[in-house]
Amino acid sequence: MGPASMIVLIIAAVVFSLIAIFASKFVLKATRNKQKGEPYECGVPTQGKTWVRFNVGYYLFALIFLIFDVELIFLYPWAVAVKQVGWIALVEIIIFFFILFIGLLYAHKKGALKWT
Amino acid sequence: MDLLLVDWALVFEKLILIVIVVLASLGIALYTTFAERKVAAVIQDRRGPNRAGPFGLLQPFADGLKLIFKEDIIPLTSNKALFVLGPGLAMVTALLTSAVIPWGSALDLDGRTVPLQIADINIGVLYIFGVVSMGVYGVMIGGWASNNKFSLLAAIRGASQIISYELAMGISLIALLMLTGSLSLKTIVEQQMGGGWGGLLGWNIIYQPLGFLIFLICAFAECNRTPFDLSEAESELNFGYHQEYSSMKLGFFLFAEYINMFISSALMATLFFGGYDIPFVNEANLAQSWGPNIVAFLGVIALLVKTVLFIFFFMWVRWTVPRFRYDQLMDLGWKKLIPLALANMLITGAVVLWLNK
Repeated sequence: MGPASMIVLIIAAVVFSLIAIFASKFVLKATRNKQKGEPYECGVPTQGKTWVRFNVGYYLFALIFLIFDVELIFLYPWAVAVKQVGWIALVEIIIFFFILFIGLLYAHKKGALKWT
Repeated sequence: MDLLLVDWALVFEKLILIVIVVLASLGIALYTTFAERKVAAVIQDRRGPNRAGPFGLLQPFADGLKLIFKEDIIPLTSNKALFVLGPGLAMVTALLTSAVIPWGSALDLDGRTVPLQIADINIGVLYIFGVVSMGVYGVMIGGWASNNKFSLLAAIRGASQIISYELAMGISLIALLMLTGSLSLKTIVEQQMGGGWGGLLGWNIIYQPLGFLIFLICAFAECNRTPFDLSEAESELNFGYHQEYSSMKLGFFLFAEYINMFISSALMATLFFGGYDIPFVNEANLAQSWGPNIVAFLGVIALLVKTVLFIFFFMWVRWTVPRFRYDQLMDLGWKKLIPLALANMLITGAVVLWLNK
Protein backbone atom coordinates (compact mmCIF):
# COMPACT_ATOMS: atom_id res chain seq x y z
CA MET A 1 0.00 0.00 0.00
CA GLY A 2 2.98 2.29 0.52
CA PRO A 3 3.78 3.14 -3.12
CA ALA A 4 0.08 3.41 -4.02
CA SER A 5 -0.68 5.97 -1.32
CA MET A 6 2.40 7.87 -2.41
CA ILE A 7 1.05 8.09 -5.94
CA VAL A 8 -2.23 9.37 -4.52
CA LEU A 9 -0.31 12.00 -2.57
CA ILE A 10 1.54 13.06 -5.73
CA ILE A 11 -1.77 13.38 -7.58
CA ALA A 12 -3.28 15.35 -4.68
CA ALA A 13 -0.30 17.72 -4.60
CA VAL A 14 -0.39 18.28 -8.38
CA VAL A 15 -4.15 18.85 -8.41
CA PHE A 16 -3.93 21.30 -5.53
CA SER A 17 -1.14 23.22 -7.28
CA LEU A 18 -3.03 23.38 -10.56
CA ILE A 19 -6.22 24.59 -8.89
CA ALA A 20 -4.43 27.26 -6.89
CA ILE A 21 -2.34 28.49 -9.83
CA PHE A 22 -5.31 28.87 -12.12
CA ALA A 23 -7.72 30.11 -9.45
CA SER A 24 -6.38 33.63 -9.69
CA LYS A 25 -6.93 33.60 -13.46
CA PHE A 26 -10.68 33.23 -12.93
CA VAL A 27 -10.89 35.72 -10.12
CA LEU A 28 -9.44 38.62 -12.02
CA LYS A 29 -9.09 39.47 -15.68
CA ALA A 30 -5.52 40.47 -16.36
CA THR A 31 -4.77 43.37 -18.65
CA ARG A 32 -1.63 43.30 -20.70
CA ASN A 33 0.54 45.98 -22.16
CA LYS A 34 4.13 46.24 -23.27
CA GLN A 35 5.43 48.07 -20.24
CA LYS A 36 3.87 45.58 -17.87
CA GLY A 37 5.48 42.68 -19.69
CA GLU A 38 9.00 43.98 -19.36
CA PRO A 39 11.35 42.29 -16.92
CA TYR A 40 11.72 44.31 -13.75
CA GLU A 41 15.32 45.30 -13.19
CA CYS A 42 14.99 48.23 -10.80
CA GLY A 43 13.08 50.29 -13.34
CA VAL A 44 15.95 50.65 -15.79
CA PRO A 45 15.25 49.21 -19.28
CA THR A 46 16.94 45.83 -19.53
CA GLN A 47 20.24 45.79 -21.39
CA GLY A 48 21.25 42.96 -23.70
CA LYS A 49 20.40 39.31 -23.35
CA THR A 50 19.73 37.67 -19.99
CA TRP A 51 20.61 34.09 -20.84
CA VAL A 52 24.31 34.73 -21.19
CA ARG A 53 27.36 32.83 -19.96
CA PHE A 54 27.79 33.07 -16.22
CA ASN A 55 30.60 32.34 -13.81
CA VAL A 56 32.25 28.99 -14.52
CA GLY A 57 32.57 28.38 -10.79
CA TYR A 58 28.96 27.20 -10.62
CA TYR A 59 29.69 24.48 -13.18
CA LEU A 60 32.74 23.28 -11.31
CA PHE A 61 30.79 22.94 -8.09
CA ALA A 62 28.03 21.12 -9.91
CA LEU A 63 30.55 18.65 -11.36
CA ILE A 64 32.16 17.95 -7.99
CA PHE A 65 28.70 17.61 -6.50
CA LEU A 66 27.84 14.96 -9.05
CA ILE A 67 30.85 12.86 -8.08
CA PHE A 68 30.10 13.09 -4.38
CA ASP A 69 26.39 12.51 -4.78
CA VAL A 70 26.95 9.25 -6.63
CA GLU A 71 29.41 8.25 -3.94
CA LEU A 72 26.79 9.05 -1.31
CA ILE A 73 24.34 6.63 -2.90
CA PHE A 74 27.00 3.92 -2.71
CA LEU A 75 27.35 4.56 1.00
CA TYR A 76 23.70 4.08 1.94
CA PRO A 77 23.65 0.26 1.56
CA TRP A 78 26.84 0.03 3.58
CA ALA A 79 25.46 2.29 6.33
CA VAL A 80 22.35 0.15 6.73
CA ALA A 81 24.29 -3.13 6.78
CA VAL A 82 27.35 -1.92 8.67
CA LYS A 83 26.89 -4.35 11.57
CA GLN A 84 26.64 -7.37 9.30
CA VAL A 85 29.53 -6.62 6.96
CA GLY A 86 31.98 -5.71 9.71
CA TRP A 87 35.50 -4.33 9.72
CA ILE A 88 36.55 -5.40 6.24
CA ALA A 89 33.85 -3.22 4.73
CA LEU A 90 34.94 -0.28 6.87
CA VAL A 91 38.49 -0.64 5.57
CA GLU A 92 37.15 -0.83 2.04
CA ILE A 93 35.11 2.31 2.60
CA ILE A 94 38.20 4.08 3.93
CA ILE A 95 40.13 3.07 0.80
CA PHE A 96 37.20 4.25 -1.31
CA PHE A 97 37.28 7.57 0.50
CA PHE A 98 41.01 7.85 0.20
CA ILE A 99 40.74 7.65 -3.59
CA LEU A 100 37.94 10.23 -3.58
CA PHE A 101 39.90 12.39 -1.21
CA ILE A 102 42.80 12.47 -3.64
CA GLY A 103 40.33 13.66 -6.25
CA LEU A 104 39.04 16.36 -3.93
CA LEU A 105 42.60 17.37 -3.11
CA TYR A 106 43.33 17.63 -6.84
CA ALA A 107 40.26 19.81 -7.33
CA HIS A 108 41.34 21.93 -4.40
CA LYS A 109 44.89 22.32 -5.78
CA LYS A 110 43.48 23.29 -9.17
CA GLY A 111 41.46 25.98 -7.42
CA ALA A 112 38.06 24.52 -8.24
CA LEU A 113 36.84 24.86 -4.66
CA LYS A 114 37.96 28.44 -4.39
CA TRP A 115 35.27 31.00 -5.00
CA THR A 116 36.49 34.05 -6.87
CA MET B 1 -12.01 -9.52 -9.76
CA ASP B 2 -8.87 -7.90 -8.41
CA LEU B 3 -10.69 -4.64 -8.04
CA LEU B 4 -13.14 -6.17 -5.59
CA LEU B 5 -10.34 -7.65 -3.51
CA VAL B 6 -8.90 -4.25 -2.73
CA ASP B 7 -9.25 -3.38 0.94
CA TRP B 8 -11.52 -0.37 0.50
CA ALA B 9 -11.31 0.62 4.16
CA LEU B 10 -7.55 0.91 3.76
CA VAL B 11 -7.93 3.05 0.65
CA PHE B 12 -10.41 5.23 2.48
CA GLU B 13 -8.28 5.71 5.57
CA LYS B 14 -5.23 6.55 3.45
CA LEU B 15 -7.22 9.10 1.46
CA ILE B 16 -8.44 10.78 4.63
CA LEU B 17 -4.92 10.76 6.03
CA ILE B 18 -3.51 12.31 2.85
CA VAL B 19 -6.11 15.06 2.85
CA ILE B 20 -5.48 15.78 6.53
CA VAL B 21 -1.69 15.85 6.12
CA VAL B 22 -1.81 18.12 3.05
CA LEU B 23 -4.29 20.49 4.66
CA ALA B 24 -2.39 20.48 7.95
CA SER B 25 0.90 21.28 6.19
CA LEU B 26 -0.79 24.13 4.37
CA GLY B 27 -2.45 25.42 7.51
CA ILE B 28 0.72 25.23 9.53
CA ALA B 29 2.67 26.93 6.75
CA LEU B 30 0.00 29.64 6.65
CA TYR B 31 0.32 30.28 10.35
CA THR B 32 4.11 30.02 10.23
CA THR B 33 4.13 33.17 8.10
CA PHE B 34 2.10 34.86 10.82
CA ALA B 35 4.33 33.46 13.56
CA GLU B 36 7.39 34.66 11.70
CA ARG B 37 6.11 38.21 11.67
CA LYS B 38 5.17 38.01 15.33
CA VAL B 39 8.54 36.54 16.32
CA ALA B 40 10.33 39.21 14.28
CA ALA B 41 8.25 41.82 16.04
CA VAL B 42 9.09 40.46 19.49
CA ILE B 43 12.79 40.29 18.69
CA GLN B 44 12.79 43.81 17.28
CA ASP B 45 10.62 45.13 20.12
CA ARG B 46 7.58 45.86 17.97
CA ARG B 47 4.00 44.64 18.09
CA GLY B 48 3.71 42.88 14.76
CA PRO B 49 0.45 42.36 12.85
CA ASN B 50 -2.44 42.96 15.27
CA ARG B 51 -5.26 44.48 13.24
CA ALA B 52 -6.97 41.59 11.43
CA GLY B 53 -8.98 39.65 13.99
CA PRO B 54 -8.04 39.07 17.64
CA PHE B 55 -4.24 39.47 18.04
CA GLY B 56 -4.03 39.65 14.24
CA LEU B 57 -4.88 35.96 13.98
CA LEU B 58 -6.72 36.43 10.67
CA GLN B 59 -3.72 38.11 9.06
CA PRO B 60 -2.53 35.02 7.10
CA PHE B 61 -5.98 34.65 5.53
CA ALA B 62 -5.95 38.30 4.55
CA ASP B 63 -2.52 37.80 3.00
CA GLY B 64 -3.65 34.71 1.12
CA LEU B 65 -6.74 36.43 -0.23
CA LYS B 66 -4.65 39.39 -1.29
CA LEU B 67 -2.32 37.09 -3.23
CA ILE B 68 -5.24 35.43 -5.04
CA PHE B 69 -6.77 38.77 -6.02
CA LYS B 70 -3.52 40.22 -7.31
CA GLU B 71 -3.07 40.40 -11.05
CA ASP B 72 -1.12 37.52 -12.51
CA ILE B 73 1.63 39.04 -14.64
CA ILE B 74 3.73 36.88 -16.94
CA PRO B 75 6.60 38.84 -18.51
CA LEU B 76 6.40 38.94 -22.30
CA THR B 77 10.01 37.87 -22.70
CA SER B 78 9.78 34.90 -20.33
CA ASN B 79 9.47 31.25 -21.24
CA LYS B 80 5.80 30.85 -20.36
CA ALA B 81 5.46 27.11 -19.83
CA LEU B 82 8.53 26.95 -17.60
CA PHE B 83 7.44 30.12 -15.84
CA VAL B 84 4.29 28.35 -14.65
CA LEU B 85 6.06 25.06 -14.03
CA GLY B 86 8.60 26.59 -11.62
CA PRO B 87 6.33 27.52 -8.70
CA GLY B 88 4.16 24.45 -9.28
CA LEU B 89 7.17 22.18 -8.95
CA ALA B 90 8.35 24.01 -5.85
CA MET B 91 4.95 23.50 -4.23
CA VAL B 92 4.54 19.84 -5.26
CA THR B 93 7.97 18.82 -4.01
CA ALA B 94 7.37 20.66 -0.75
CA LEU B 95 4.13 18.74 -0.19
CA LEU B 96 5.54 15.36 -1.23
CA THR B 97 8.13 15.12 1.53
CA SER B 98 5.44 14.64 4.15
CA ALA B 99 4.59 11.18 2.78
CA VAL B 100 7.10 9.20 4.82
CA ILE B 101 7.04 11.09 8.10
CA PRO B 102 5.32 9.08 10.84
CA TRP B 103 3.01 11.57 12.54
CA GLY B 104 2.11 9.24 15.37
CA SER B 105 1.79 5.60 16.37
CA ALA B 106 -1.30 3.70 15.24
CA LEU B 107 -4.93 4.41 15.99
CA ASP B 108 -7.15 1.50 16.98
CA LEU B 109 -10.57 1.84 15.36
CA ASP B 110 -12.80 -1.12 16.12
CA GLY B 111 -9.92 -3.56 16.02
CA ARG B 112 -8.46 -1.99 12.87
CA THR B 113 -4.95 -0.62 13.21
CA VAL B 114 -4.61 2.66 11.38
CA PRO B 115 -0.99 3.84 11.22
CA LEU B 116 -0.64 7.62 11.20
CA GLN B 117 1.80 7.63 8.32
CA ILE B 118 0.95 7.94 4.66
CA ALA B 119 3.47 5.39 3.44
CA ASP B 120 5.78 3.29 5.59
CA ILE B 121 8.30 2.39 2.92
CA ASN B 122 11.66 0.83 3.72
CA ILE B 123 13.57 3.50 1.80
CA GLY B 124 12.05 6.50 3.58
CA VAL B 125 15.25 8.47 4.07
CA LEU B 126 16.31 7.90 0.48
CA TYR B 127 12.89 9.05 -0.73
CA ILE B 128 13.24 12.28 1.24
CA PHE B 129 16.61 12.91 -0.37
CA GLY B 130 15.17 12.33 -3.82
CA VAL B 131 12.30 14.75 -3.28
CA VAL B 132 14.45 17.39 -1.62
CA SER B 133 16.85 17.29 -4.58
CA MET B 134 13.92 17.87 -6.90
CA GLY B 135 13.17 21.07 -5.01
CA VAL B 136 16.19 22.58 -6.78
CA TYR B 137 14.33 22.42 -10.06
CA GLY B 138 11.54 24.68 -8.83
CA VAL B 139 14.01 27.42 -7.96
CA MET B 140 16.17 26.87 -11.04
CA ILE B 141 13.36 26.66 -13.60
CA GLY B 142 11.47 29.57 -12.07
CA GLY B 143 14.50 31.82 -12.00
CA TRP B 144 15.70 30.89 -15.45
CA ALA B 145 12.32 31.21 -17.15
CA SER B 146 11.79 34.73 -15.77
CA ASN B 147 14.34 36.11 -18.24
CA ASN B 148 15.52 38.57 -15.64
CA LYS B 149 19.17 38.95 -14.75
CA PHE B 150 18.53 39.15 -11.02
CA SER B 151 16.32 36.07 -11.10
CA LEU B 152 18.82 34.08 -13.13
CA LEU B 153 21.69 34.95 -10.84
CA ALA B 154 19.60 34.13 -7.78
CA ALA B 155 18.47 30.82 -9.25
CA ILE B 156 22.01 29.71 -10.05
CA ARG B 157 23.14 30.74 -6.61
CA GLY B 158 20.27 28.91 -4.98
CA ALA B 159 20.82 25.72 -6.96
CA SER B 160 24.54 25.76 -6.30
CA GLN B 161 23.98 26.31 -2.59
CA ILE B 162 21.35 23.60 -2.25
CA ILE B 163 23.41 20.94 -4.00
CA SER B 164 26.50 21.86 -1.98
CA TYR B 165 24.76 21.44 1.36
CA GLU B 166 22.91 18.33 0.29
CA LEU B 167 26.19 16.42 0.39
CA ALA B 168 27.02 17.27 3.98
CA MET B 169 23.40 16.52 4.90
CA GLY B 170 23.56 13.10 3.29
CA ILE B 171 26.84 12.18 4.90
CA SER B 172 25.66 13.28 8.35
CA LEU B 173 22.59 11.08 7.90
CA ILE B 174 24.70 8.08 6.93
CA ALA B 175 26.27 8.17 10.40
CA LEU B 176 22.76 8.09 11.85
CA LEU B 177 21.72 5.21 9.60
CA MET B 178 24.61 3.12 10.91
CA LEU B 179 23.07 3.29 14.38
CA THR B 180 19.55 2.51 13.23
CA GLY B 181 20.35 0.00 10.50
CA SER B 182 17.14 0.94 8.73
CA LEU B 183 15.98 3.54 6.23
CA SER B 184 12.36 3.41 7.39
CA LEU B 185 11.46 6.44 9.47
CA LYS B 186 8.93 4.47 11.49
CA THR B 187 11.60 1.98 12.57
CA ILE B 188 13.94 4.83 13.41
CA VAL B 189 11.33 6.37 15.72
CA GLU B 190 10.48 3.06 17.36
CA GLN B 191 14.15 2.42 18.10
CA GLN B 192 14.34 5.71 19.97
CA MET B 193 11.58 4.76 22.40
CA GLY B 194 12.51 3.72 25.91
CA GLY B 195 16.00 4.26 27.25
CA GLY B 196 17.12 5.79 30.54
CA TRP B 197 16.48 9.23 31.95
CA GLY B 198 12.80 9.28 31.17
CA GLY B 199 13.40 8.14 27.61
CA LEU B 200 15.65 11.06 26.74
CA LEU B 201 18.73 8.82 26.53
CA GLY B 202 17.11 6.78 23.79
CA TRP B 203 17.03 9.69 21.38
CA ASN B 204 19.53 9.75 18.55
CA ILE B 205 20.72 13.24 19.43
CA ILE B 206 22.61 11.68 22.37
CA TYR B 207 24.61 9.44 20.01
CA GLN B 208 24.92 11.84 17.09
CA PRO B 209 25.32 15.40 18.43
CA LEU B 210 27.77 16.41 15.70
CA GLY B 211 25.68 14.75 13.01
CA PHE B 212 22.64 16.66 14.24
CA LEU B 213 24.50 19.97 14.18
CA ILE B 214 25.60 19.38 10.59
CA PHE B 215 22.10 18.29 9.63
CA LEU B 216 20.64 21.42 11.23
CA ILE B 217 22.98 23.77 9.38
CA CYS B 218 22.27 22.00 6.12
CA ALA B 219 18.53 22.17 6.76
CA PHE B 220 18.86 25.94 7.00
CA ALA B 221 20.69 25.98 3.68
CA GLU B 222 18.21 23.63 2.00
CA CYS B 223 15.27 25.81 3.04
CA ASN B 224 17.00 28.99 1.79
CA ARG B 225 16.67 30.49 5.26
CA THR B 226 18.88 33.19 6.67
CA PRO B 227 21.89 33.05 7.09
CA PHE B 228 21.82 31.08 3.82
CA ASP B 229 19.21 33.09 1.94
CA LEU B 230 21.60 34.13 -0.81
CA SER B 231 19.11 33.23 -3.50
CA GLU B 232 16.73 35.92 -2.28
CA ALA B 233 19.13 38.45 -0.83
CA GLU B 234 17.12 41.66 -1.08
CA SER B 235 20.08 43.98 -0.80
CA GLU B 236 21.91 42.33 -3.71
CA LEU B 237 19.28 40.75 -5.93
CA ASN B 238 16.10 42.77 -5.36
CA PHE B 239 13.80 39.88 -4.61
CA GLY B 240 15.74 36.84 -5.74
CA TYR B 241 14.50 34.13 -8.05
CA HIS B 242 10.80 34.98 -7.63
CA GLN B 243 11.24 38.60 -8.61
CA GLU B 244 9.05 38.43 -11.72
CA TYR B 245 6.31 36.44 -10.03
CA SER B 246 3.07 37.85 -8.80
CA SER B 247 -0.26 36.58 -7.53
CA MET B 248 -0.56 32.94 -6.47
CA LYS B 249 2.66 31.93 -8.22
CA LEU B 250 4.61 34.19 -5.91
CA GLY B 251 2.51 32.83 -3.08
CA PHE B 252 3.58 29.31 -4.03
CA PHE B 253 7.26 30.12 -3.82
CA LEU B 254 6.84 31.80 -0.44
CA PHE B 255 4.52 29.07 0.77
CA ALA B 256 6.81 26.27 -0.38
CA GLU B 257 9.58 27.79 1.71
CA TYR B 258 7.44 27.63 4.83
CA ILE B 259 6.22 24.12 4.12
CA ASN B 260 9.84 23.06 3.63
CA MET B 261 10.66 24.61 6.96
CA PHE B 262 7.83 22.75 8.66
CA ILE B 263 8.72 19.42 7.07
CA SER B 264 12.42 19.71 7.79
CA SER B 265 11.60 20.61 11.40
CA ALA B 266 9.39 17.54 11.62
CA LEU B 267 12.15 15.50 10.03
CA MET B 268 14.73 16.68 12.56
CA ALA B 269 12.33 15.90 15.40
CA THR B 270 11.73 12.45 13.91
CA LEU B 271 15.31 11.52 13.19
CA PHE B 272 17.08 12.97 16.20
CA PHE B 273 14.50 13.80 18.87
CA GLY B 274 12.39 10.68 19.10
CA GLY B 275 9.58 11.69 16.75
CA TYR B 276 6.26 11.00 18.43
CA ASP B 277 7.99 9.62 21.53
CA ILE B 278 6.62 11.44 24.59
CA PRO B 279 9.46 12.15 27.02
CA PHE B 280 9.18 10.90 30.64
CA VAL B 281 6.25 8.66 29.70
CA ASN B 282 6.17 4.95 29.04
CA GLU B 283 3.80 4.68 26.09
CA ALA B 284 3.16 0.95 26.43
CA ASN B 285 2.00 1.28 30.06
CA LEU B 286 -0.09 4.34 29.27
CA ALA B 287 -1.74 2.59 26.33
CA GLN B 288 -2.94 -0.17 28.65
CA SER B 289 -4.64 2.20 31.06
CA TRP B 290 -5.84 4.92 28.67
CA GLY B 291 -6.23 3.02 25.44
CA PRO B 292 -4.02 3.34 22.34
CA ASN B 293 -6.01 6.12 20.68
CA ILE B 294 -5.34 8.72 23.35
CA VAL B 295 -1.65 7.76 23.43
CA ALA B 296 -1.45 8.09 19.64
CA PHE B 297 -3.08 11.49 19.88
CA LEU B 298 -0.65 12.60 22.59
CA GLY B 299 2.19 11.32 20.39
CA VAL B 300 1.05 13.54 17.52
CA ILE B 301 0.95 16.48 19.94
CA ALA B 302 4.47 15.63 21.16
CA LEU B 303 5.80 15.57 17.59
CA LEU B 304 4.08 18.85 16.77
CA VAL B 305 5.49 20.51 19.90
CA LYS B 306 9.01 19.44 18.95
CA THR B 307 8.41 20.64 15.39
CA VAL B 308 7.13 24.02 16.53
CA LEU B 309 10.19 24.46 18.73
CA PHE B 310 12.40 23.87 15.70
CA ILE B 311 10.36 26.30 13.61
CA PHE B 312 10.82 28.87 16.34
CA PHE B 313 14.55 28.21 16.24
CA PHE B 314 14.55 28.79 12.46
CA MET B 315 12.91 32.17 13.01
CA TRP B 316 15.07 33.11 15.92
CA VAL B 317 18.18 32.52 13.81
CA ARG B 318 16.70 34.43 10.89
CA TRP B 319 16.23 37.58 12.94
CA THR B 320 19.55 37.28 14.76
CA VAL B 321 22.26 36.17 12.36
CA PRO B 322 23.36 38.21 9.31
CA ARG B 323 23.71 36.70 5.85
CA PHE B 324 26.85 34.92 4.64
CA ARG B 325 28.93 36.09 1.72
CA TYR B 326 28.87 33.65 -1.17
CA ASP B 327 32.49 32.53 -0.83
CA GLN B 328 32.00 32.06 2.91
CA LEU B 329 28.98 29.92 2.18
CA MET B 330 30.89 27.71 -0.22
CA ASP B 331 33.86 27.46 2.14
CA LEU B 332 31.64 26.44 5.03
CA GLY B 333 29.90 23.81 2.94
CA TRP B 334 32.80 22.24 1.12
CA LYS B 335 35.80 22.77 3.36
CA LYS B 336 34.27 22.51 6.81
CA LEU B 337 30.97 20.66 6.87
CA ILE B 338 31.79 17.90 4.39
CA PRO B 339 35.14 16.90 5.98
CA LEU B 340 33.52 17.14 9.43
CA ALA B 341 30.61 14.96 8.32
CA LEU B 342 33.00 12.44 6.77
CA ALA B 343 35.06 12.22 9.94
CA ASN B 344 31.88 11.83 11.97
CA MET B 345 30.75 9.06 9.68
CA LEU B 346 33.98 7.07 9.77
CA ILE B 347 34.33 7.41 13.56
CA THR B 348 30.71 6.37 14.06
CA GLY B 349 31.27 3.37 11.82
CA ALA B 350 34.32 2.31 13.82
CA VAL B 351 32.55 2.79 17.17
CA VAL B 352 29.47 0.90 16.00
CA LEU B 353 31.63 -2.02 14.92
CA TRP B 354 33.67 -1.86 18.15
CA LEU B 355 30.61 -2.02 20.38
CA ASN B 356 28.91 -4.60 18.24
CA LYS B 357 31.47 -7.28 19.07
